[in-house]
Amino acid sequence: MTFINYASREINCKIVYYGPGLCGKTTNLQHIFEATAPQARGKLISLATETDRTLFFDFMPLELGTVRGFKTRFHLYTVPGQVFYDASRKLILKGVDGVVFVADSQEERMDANVESLYNLEENLNTQGYDLMKIPYVLQLNKRDLPNILPVADIAAELQRKEEPVVEAVASSGAGVFDTLKAVAKQVLTELRKS
Amino acid sequence: MPDTPILLRERQYHQLKAVLARLRMDSVARVVFLVDKDGQEIAVQGEIGNLDTTSLASLAAGNVAATGGMAELIGEKEFPTLSHEGERESIHISVIGRLLLIVVFDERSSLGLVKLRSKQVSHQLLAMIDEITQADFSDEVSPFAGITDEDIDSLFK
Repeated sequence: MTFINYASREINCKIVYYGPGLCGKTTNLQHIFEATAPQARGKLISLATETDRTLFFDFMPLELGTVRGFKTRFHLYTVPGQVFYDASRKLILKGVDGVVFVADSQEERMDANVESLYNLEENLNTQGYDLMKIPYVLQLNKRDLPNILPVADIAAELQRKEEPVVEAVASSGAGVFDTLKAVAKQVLTELRKS
Repeated sequence: MPDTPILLRERQYHQLKAVLARLRMDSVARVVFLVDKDGQEIAVQGEIGNLDTTSLASLAAGNVAATGGMAELIGEKEFPTLSHEGERESIHISVIGRLLLIVVFDERSSLGLVKLRSKQVSHQLLAMIDEITQADFSDEVSPFAGITDEDIDSLFK
């Protein structure tokens, strides 16, 4: 949910990275954190298990710059991807302004992608949102691995509307900022409409 | 339905800050925050120092969301207050409508005092929050209506 503070001239928006377990949601945030100047971002908070699996969420505030005299701040969240953390995923989607679905391009993870995407649609509906109407980007991650499916095949299975499809290798940073830009642009465009 | 965006005007912002300042004084607290349930910081008063208020706001919202989820599972609507007591620093959170009132305090104060003072301002804050969230801006032209694609692109250069 966008929060506009006219006194401090700030716009705050919330973006959630969604996707199956081990698809690279946290890695996206880690790359953004490492590649951004310290004055433009806050701490990266990770609520993770001892084995570094996301337990509740990762969070990072990011300031992109000023538009029409207002500072634009994006709060980036990831959800825990493992199936049994569904209650947490629902909570994190509350107040979302834009969603990035991080798909794992490996052939053997296609079922997990499909299941997670259905879960996203369902959980958005629970919160009163419609995937077809909110700012949304499909990221195809892990494009550097040998056993990946062609982009067209994954898109045919996972693309829900005319959303941007971005190829990425989050571990090296490829496509990470393109994804963020694609979703942030849609969020700000929505702001213009409202 | 998802909540509507919060548009906070300058006058309302300063009114909220004034209430927080008084609460902080009355409860002898270190810092007092107002945060929305999605983790956005609305207003803050106190000895902020190096305190990462953005992260604290996000984690407090996550905390309330998680305990709210537990409440539902056992048949409660929500837990309206949460307290965490540490060796020196403590936190008290009250749910006020769609916002959270967070009080950070140390040994100069006590949980009882913070609870009492938080409760005393909750009605006033609730009325102010209602005024903020129910304001009708339909006649106003949004300052963002004129955002161009170039404005947006410039953020990523």
